[in-house]
Amino acid sequence: MKLKAPETITFTTSGFCPGCGHGIAARLIAEIVEEMGLREDFIPTVDVACGALNMDAWRFDTVMAAHGRPIVTAIGVKKVRKDKLSAAYIGDGAAYAIGMAETMHAALRNDNVTVIVMNNGVFGMTGGQMAPTTLLGQKTTSSPGGRSAKKQGMPFDVAKVLGQLPIAYLARGSLDSPAAVEKTKKYIKKGFEKQMNGEGFSLIEVLAPCPTNWGLSPVESLKHIREKTRAYYEVGEFVDRKGEQA
Amino acid sequence: MAEEKVMMKGNEALAEAALRAGCRFYSGYPITPQTEILEYLSWRMDEVGGEFIQTESELAGVNMLYGAAAAGARALTSSAGPGFALKQEGISYLCAADLPAVLIDVMRIGNGLGDIAQGQGDYWQLTRGGGNGDYRTIVLAPNSVQESADLIYGAFDLAEKYVHPVIIASDAAIGQMMEPVELPPMKEHDIDSYDWSVKGCKTGDVQRIISNVCFYGHKNYEEYLTAKYREIEKNEQRWESICTEDAQVIVVAYGISSRVAREAVRNGRKKGLRIGMIRPITLWPYPVRAFEKLPGDLKGFISVEMNILGQMVDDIRLATDAKYPIEFYGTFFDVPESERIIELAEQMLQGQGE
Repeated sequence: MKLKAPETITFTTSGFCPGCGHGIAARLIAEIVEEMGLREDFIPTVDVACGALNMDAWRFDTVMAAHGRPIVTAIGVKKVRKDKLSAAYIGDGAAYAIGMAETMHAALRNDNVTVIVMNNGVFGMTGGQMAPTTLLGQKTTSSPGGRSAKKQGMPFDVAKVLGQLPIAYLARGSLDSPAAVEKTKKYIKKGFEKQMNGEGFSLIEVLAPCPTNWGLSPVESLKHIREKTRAYYEVGEFVDRKGEQA
Repeated sequence: MAEEKVMMKGNEALAEAALRAGCRFYSGYPITPQTEILEYLSWRMDEVGGEFIQTESELAGVNMLYGAAAAGARALTSSAGPGFALKQEGISYLCAADLPAVLIDVMRIGNGLGDIAQGQGDYWQLTRGGGNGDYRTIVLAPNSVQESADLIYGAFDLAEKYVHPVIIASDAAIGQMMEPVELPPMKEHDIDSYDWSVKGCKTGDVQRIISNVCFYGHKNYEEYLTAKYREIEKNEQRWESICTEDAQVIVVAYGISSRVAREAVRNGRKKGLRIGMIRPITLWPYPVRAFEKLPGDLKGFISVEMNILGQMVDDIRLATDAKYPIEFYGTFFDVPESERIIELAEQMLQGQGE
């Protein structure tokens, strides 16, 4: 097997922890953009969090937005540069906690933009606090007794909410195995293609490991996704308008 | 050839003149007394081929503007009082990322919800800012519909010159009143005209990064920032002085209050009072140069504002090294009265003032 790194990865020193999912996602996105021939036309917008480190890892013109606001910032970019590929690369805290209004309304307007949500179930950069996606029973630094449905409510499943809306595309992938990574790549690529076809809003959630904040090894973290995370969060495609124009 | 004058509301003149300055992007949220800006642009932006988005909140509005500005567009948002407070975080981020943009605050009264009545309740919010960190924004305060159009037309150039946000400080009275206005000519802005904006990285080029980490990419950020603000303070102070050469009392007022102050100067002079006015047009940088050469027998200043605590008084004190008494005449809900200004001037001249 011949491995070739994307040319749009800079190979600067990485700030990611061992076993982090962001590096994989950065590589997938770079590969997809190159495969689509869009390396000179891709403008990602990153959130304030671990994922922002990708702005130095990529050789793309990149915008770093305020925490929770990358979706609207990416819409601002897209509205004035319609021929470019504009994507918000954000965490589950940004997408479903502080930026829930932006996520919902971008979907309601069916804005022609792609959102990639890295779901690792915690607020990573601040040290592993509970997020809307934290699993029931999961202990975090702000839910030391484990998340309970009674006290903190149920984990947020985007497929159940945005799955009802007439958006262009909604899918969830995972990074827990090479096969899952390949599938995730297909989902993200589909989201990008739909944007370039002018079909409207696409969101791809990616189940990603956070070994540091989960207190697990990188290998154990992938097992955790396979056995625990995927038991609650179904992977697959939930909305696909199959080429209809918005 | 100059265009004919048309009758317009202050808010509409701001919107139309922004388009004529090449603005092709607006994102905002309704709030009285600035909603006419949003409503006007909802149809007019289509006519000029721009983008209008009514966002889900002021937060979304200012952060969408951040994206459009990062991509090189001339971008506008607007709000009022409590809504403008929600934009403060975004303004701090625009400053951190060195992005040009124009924001309008059509002021109302009070803190919290306050009320929609004409007022100048946001002087502190606009000149001190409610966002975090070391930043200032250029703040332009029109006192007529014509000046609303003129100032916003130039605001985009100012924003571009300093790669920095510029705020228009209007108020409910100026925004809502109709006056004849001569509109400036239509300009087109080239979205690719900036080196720094994101446009897609050519193969072999170094990628452009618009970062909200304020010191990102700077070798000596402290020096850069200090120099940037000093340069603006040096170049951009604007004001209007009336009858100050021989004045014994100088009224300081901006926006709608300055029109009453002007009347007080006219009527006071008729009565033989040596009264003058300084009207700051830039609220920041504050026009301290207007206070440099003051008459020898000046007794003091009267700050006329439509708020309760006298938000501009500190700036007059700083501009004059606290050498003169400063009387504050503030109103809440009402527009100040020129008769009262003359009364206060007479009291000051008789030594009964502060």
